[in-house]
Amino acid sequence: MTGDADRAAVDSAVASAFREEWGKVVATLIRTTGDWDLAEECAQDAFALALQRWPRDGIPGRPGAWLTTAARNRAIDVLRRRAVGAAKLREVAAMSYSPSGPVLDDDESGVPDDRLRLMFTCCHPALSLEARVALTLRTLAGLTTAEIARAFLSSEPTMAKRLVRAKQKIQNAGIPYRVPPAHLLPDRTPGVLGVLYLLFNEGYSATTGADLVRQNLCAEAVRLARVLAALMPDEAEAAGLLALMLLHDARRSARLDAAGDLVTLEDQDRSSWDQASIGEGVAVLAGALRRGRPGPYQIQAAIAACHATALAAADTDWAQIAGLYEQLARFLPTPVVALNHAVAAGMAFGPAAALPLLAALEESGQLAGYHLLPATKADMLRRLGRLPEASLAYREALELAGTDAERRFLTRRLAETSI
Amino acid sequence: MQYLLLICGDESAAAHAEEGCGGWTQEMTERGLLRSTGGLRPPAEARTVRVRRRQLLLSDGPFAETKEQIAGLCILECADLDEAVQAAARHPAASYGSIEVRPMLP
Repeated sequence: MTGDADRAAVDSAVASAFREEWGKVVATLIRTTGDWDLAEECAQDAFALALQRWPRDGIPGRPGAWLTTAARNRAIDVLRRRAVGAAKLREVAAMSYSPSGPVLDDDESGVPDDRLRLMFTCCHPALSLEARVALTLRTLAGLTTAEIARAFLSSEPTMAKRLVRAKQKIQNAGIPYRVPPAHLLPDRTPGVLGVLYLLFNEGYSATTGADLVRQNLCAEAVRLARVLAALMPDEAEAAGLLALMLLHDARRSARLDAAGDLVTLEDQDRSSWDQASIGEGVAVLAGALRRGRPGPYQIQAAIAACHATALAAADTDWAQIAGLYEQLARFLPTPVVALNHAVAAGMAFGPAAALPLLAALEESGQLAGYHLLPATKADMLRRLGRLPEASLAYREALELAGTDAERRFLTRRLAETSI
Repeated sequence: MQYLLLICGDESAAAHAEEGCGGWTQEMTERGLLRSTGGLRPPAEARTVRVRRRQLLLSDGPFAETKEQIAGLCILECADLDEAVQAAARHPAASYGSIEVRPMLP
């Protein structure tokens, strides 16, 4: 290690260490101190110290180990000043490599990776969904309270209160800091996946005009999904979720036109899709599917892969997509999945194939008031040349549509069918 | 940590009152979790006491006029919330009534 490392190199090393190591440092400190606030404080101090020391001493070979040690030393200082019991101090000082620690660090620093425990604790079902999301972003991704508040269009004091209450509940209700035992995993893993997917969708639904912090949620969600998939190599759905995110994220920039309006999949400029992300998503999905334990995330990723790998909209393998939606409906028997199945069936086997599926949905009344049901029906009827019926359905959709962009689109179609 | 399990049910739960706990009490005792336990007479036999401005106010029946009433309670010593929730889920009353698991102050 040479002194006087280049300032820019140090800044970028600290920034990258923050992304890669923040969650690990916090997770380890929570395990050893049992104190969430102390863990965050000391992690922050460790990064501040890195900014001071690394320019002078050089960037350490294992930044994560350096930061964990710095944070641990800071915790010992604080605890000494608080005059806590000798037992706790010894515990923190030893940073015991607990034999039950699930996974060793990939850089072989010997520091057990506690992030998996942290994920399961942050996503414990006894916490409200809002609290799970906020805690995950704060402790695992290292977003500040202000950033989380902005991302969820809430005020900073509200978000701060939510975080404090969640941490108090963990403490007071005895929510365990651990990866659940095997018999609880099937119940609890979907909760963790659900929080990460929610994070991703929050970011994905943000448009160009919206706050960049919201869009950043996608990157954080992908990063956390990557960690989860690596820490739970036997969990096919974790890999499925990562693949799904990568495949959606690859199309992010093509989804909006210059005016910020949504561009349908059919009309997107496929050359602007991120091929590296698609390639990785497809590879991760293939690895997951080989395990032979399909689940909703893997199936949705497979559908996304069908779209992402079609060179042109006309090349889309709709028959396969229709089959995948049928499978998905077994895991997620929701009316929206049924509607998507009908659309895919119409694309694959002709509009006439979709009509009975749509009629069944109409009859069930589950999507009453949802404009995409009559809009889909109208589209199928239009393609069959049944224009008067199509025009009727477009009118119905128009009454229910929620945004101006949707209304513009439907009005155009209505004009075409009314000739 | 100690957790209070409030065993609740509506009027129909009274039909189960004589069934006992189907070995649950024994299992929890053997696992060393059970600290204390108690069944309750029906809410119709309750009196609720309030003192306001030094006036004693008495009323018939339970404090909360909800459909779900407390039928019994017990205190468990558990490692964490997960253990307490799993123990509560094994109680027979969980299958016809509901059980509120409340962490107790230390």
